[in-house]
Amino acid sequence: MLALMIDRARVDHVARLARLELTDEESERMVRELSSILEHIERITNLDLADVPPTSHVVDLTNVLRPDEPRPCLPREAALAQAPDATEDGFRVPSPSA
Amino acid sequence: MTPLDLSAAAAAERVRAGDLDAGELWELYRGRAAADDLGAFVWVAEERPGNPTDGPLGGVPVAVKDLFCTAGVPSQAGSKILEGYRPPYTATAVERLTGAGAPLLAKTNQDEFAMGSSNENSAFGPVRNPWDRERVPGGSSGGSAAAVAAGLAPWAIGTDTGGSIRQPASLCGIVGLKPTYGAISRYGMIAFASSLDQAGPLTRDVADAALLLSAMVGKDPCDSTSLGLPEPVTEPTATDLRGVRLGVPEEVFETEGVESGVLAAFEATVELARQLGATVERCHLPHAPHALSAYYLIAPAEASSNLARYDGVRYGLRVNGDADLLTMYLRTRGAGFGPEVKRRIMLGTYALSSGYYDAYYGTAQKVRTLISDDFRAAWERFDFVVTPTSPTVAFPLGAKTADPLAMYLNDYFTVPMSLAGIPAISIPNGLSERLPTGFQLAGPAFSENRLLDAAHALERAIGFDGSAARA
Repeated sequence: MLALMIDRARVDHVARLARLELTDEESERMVRELSSILEHIERITNLDLADVPPTSHVVDLTNVLRPDEPRPCLPREAALAQAPDATEDGFRVPSPSA
Repeated sequence: MTPLDLSAAAAAERVRAGDLDAGELWELYRGRAAADDLGAFVWVAEERPGNPTDGPLGGVPVAVKDLFCTAGVPSQAGSKILEGYRPPYTATAVERLTGAGAPLLAKTNQDEFAMGSSNENSAFGPVRNPWDRERVPGGSSGGSAAAVAAGLAPWAIGTDTGGSIRQPASLCGIVGLKPTYGAISRYGMIAFASSLDQAGPLTRDVADAALLLSAMVGKDPCDSTSLGLPEPVTEPTATDLRGVRLGVPEEVFETEGVESGVLAAFEATVELARQLGATVERCHLPHAPHALSAYYLIAPAEASSNLARYDGVRYGLRVNGDADLLTMYLRTRGAGFGPEVKRRIMLGTYALSSGYYDAYYGTAQKVRTLISDDFRAAWERFDFVVTPTSPTVAFPLGAKTADPLAMYLNDYFTVPMSLAGIPAISIPNGLSERLPTGFQLAGPAFSENRLLDAAHALERAIGFDGSAARA
């Protein structure tokens, strides 16, 4: 059973992948809750699905195209207006090694 | 009869005929919305917008779920991480409604990023059910459902990813329609699970749902998965079900956790359908019992990817901007997301992570195929499949917050249709223990007109009276 492999180390690893800071208490709760949810969900891994194609999307459309014509886009000021920190021409972010 | 007693379509009709003043109607509902004590709204308009009232929606104001972007108006999807966000543009669905003559009355409360079945996951606090204020309105479109049921808004829109329109409509005693995937543009809808998300109406009756739907459907160059509907939405007028074939899935009766009152109300309406001329037979959706498992892998997987954009850079909350970049990301997301959203991001990230992708996400996508196949087989014998909408009536606030899995089981009857991308409607189906129950009809893709007609005939025969919730 895959769910049995949910332990604190795995939770910490996944949280790091998801760029999510969890408190100690949150991580401990996550171990319990994810295990119980996955235990229920894992019933589907017992189904015989060998010849079944996957469905990623229900809409039967491929390559929806439009003419490649220039048109006005969002003005820069509007795009930057909601940023927590912006310069005149871009989003400002902390240095990776500050 | 006061304007409050009128359905939205009837009010629109009177405005167009000159028997009702659109300004007075606005003031009536603006006043009621501003006095809301259910927690249904997160923002209420101060003044009547200047958009035209001579369109088909007749100036009847509309309430819109918080996760629709509305230019210059707060749009947070019920989340703290979008604190203070005022989008630079408006969602296509909302644009179409205001263009058709429905001014924006208010933004409604919801579960954060539409993740929840009780509206208790909102950064703005819970919503109360107007039938019993100690109970939940359902979710995630709980604010929209409570507002319409309580007469704080004539009609509203919400979004449905796994039941988020139909389940709260059921728990609040109103009509909720999830259209065929792609019928309405998703442009400007803050994304949860993109292969499942679909906007739709929450209304007092079926005719209102049809009218509101008719104004929203259509292809949109801004959403390449939008298709519109093959024919215009028509006003539902059917009064009987002659020639209609209804399938009742065996699985409804093999499921634990369906309340006896809900089941009794369901069976009574199936009998009513028979009296209206429908042929009713049992059918099988053999993979439906696995839909919930597939859904709780696919939806979190897509969500974990969609919600990666909340990183404290372009909008919303930023925490520890003076630290290094990674710390800023971690703290912003740790502080900005609530517990359920974190749980789903973790579940989705795990399901997509190296070594587990095939076992979880790949398997779920195959089960999704089987569920679509089940419905396709059903359409060879039946026009519609019918089930209860929710296994239970509205439950007390706090009753399920400690057990995420118990909360997920609320979506048992609504998730299969979402995975198959087919339309489904919930109509009020009488009371059980003085609380509303819902009756769900689902049909093949693009069968909206027939579905609304059948729902209309049943609604008329059921004769549900929702006025007590508006008192």
